Amino acid sequence: MLGTLSDALALLAGFDHRLLEIVGLSLRVSLTALAIGAVLGLPLGAWLAVASFPGRGALIVALNALMGLPSVVVGVLVYLALSRSGPFGSYGLLFSPAAMIVAQSMLVVPLIAAVSRQIVEDAWKEYAPEFAVIGIGRPQAVALLLADCRFSLSVATLAGLGRAMSEVGAVMIVGGNIDGYTRVMTTAIALETAKGDLALSIALGIVLMAVILGLNVAAYHLRGWATRRYG
Amino acid sequence: MFPLRVRGLRFEPNGRTVLSSVDLDLSGEGISVILGPNGAGKTLLLRLLAGLLPADGGSIAWSGAAQPDGRLAMVFQQPMLLRMSVFTNVEFALRPQAMSAAERRARSAEVLDRVGLAHRARDCARLLSGGERQRLALARAWAMRPRLLLLDEPTASLDPSATEAVERIIREIRTEGAKVLMTTHNLGQATRLADDIIFLADGRIQEHVAAPRFFAHPQSPAARAFMQGELPWRIAFEP
Repeated sequence: MLGTLSDALALLAGFDHRLLEIVGLSLRVSLTALAIGAVLGLPLGAWLAVASFPGRGALIVALNALMGLPSVVVGVLVYLALSRSGPFGSYGLLFSPAAMIVAQSMLVVPLIAAVSRQIVEDAWKEYAPEFAVIGIGRPQAVALLLADCRFSLSVATLAGLGRAMSEVGAVMIVGGNIDGYTRVMTTAIALETAKGDLALSIALGIVLMAVILGLNVAAYHLRGWATRRYG
Repeated sequence: MFPLRVRGLRFEPNGRTVLSSVDLDLSGEGISVILGPNGAGKTLLLRLLAGLLPADGGSIAWSGAAQPDGRLAMVFQQPMLLRMSVFTNVEFALRPQAMSAAERRARSAEVLDRVGLAHRARDCARLLSGGERQRLALARAWAMRPRLLLLDEPTASLDPSATEAVERIIREIRTEGAKVLMTTHNLGQATRLADDIIFLADGRIQEHVAAPRFFAHPQSPAARAFMQGELPWRIAFEP
């Protein structure tokens, strides 16, 4: 056990090329999915927070339920959509990083939208009377609330990144875990553990944990700084 | 926009009567102060006039029309301030108006100067003191050049010097031609500011008379009891 841990640390200390490649792809895929998730999820959540229409409650319940969507289900859905016989099969995206980005985006968008809906709705309850008297319309309110809640929302997006980076089922199905092409940290850990190469698994696990821990530390300090700076 | 005529205004949330039948006539000049015990519906009346709540009955007519044709602004007891700069907290309120960005900036700077917050324009609004926050809220309302300014206890929990600063701003806004309708629990403030007093109790307006007359000779039993500190203060719904 200690020998395996020592090997894992050696891989990290030596900036192992294979390890760096996997970490690099993981970050590229997950950060891109996060960007898509933020661009779509934040306005969607904010709009749901201020909108008033029949079925809004059902939509919110559905969005909240989608937060817990199993990643393998998303993987199967994206697989079906991108496979040769699927509606987007002609793009040839299956078993590519692009397919993994699509799958992770589908996991991240509902999470960011649902959390941001709650954050923005709390602010909206506070601001709505003042906005109404001033004559701020709903689209302007969405923009203002997104700006006003930016620090709380940044924590929501970091949670989205955590979700993207830690999931394994969807990227395994739509990426195929191809060495040097679609192998990311989680799928590599699953594969290398099955093969018995625990050193690489542990090294990747340490990196993954460090990234997740780093995100949480960043979120904690961002909130603290924002409270001191902006009240 | 004026005269404002309110007839038989009722508000009965969940079947409980808060305002039973409010009749009110307001001209477009001066400062009208709404007095009354807690739970009388003072804040509620302002919110109904601002269109923030639907009434359960009665009518509000602005010079005969259902909607005011002039600008209306309101400053809440706890003003909402965005987590942005003092300047932005004024400027954003002008965005719905047909003004260029340069005009918005100029007017925002002007009102901040007039309320004594020009030196804090770049600071974050949420870090202001209570008195500064209320001045900022007044500046935002002032920047909108309202024809009617509704103030809900604008100096609640402020110290005397902050209260004096806020009262000075209210007088200036009035001098510039805005009608001010405000609530307060501070009888001294009502004496200093009010041109006329609207006394609200038991869900209706008991008196609406010139301020000197009200303070010298309150006519209704409820107003007399209130002035003598005898009216029981009810803890009641006031959204």
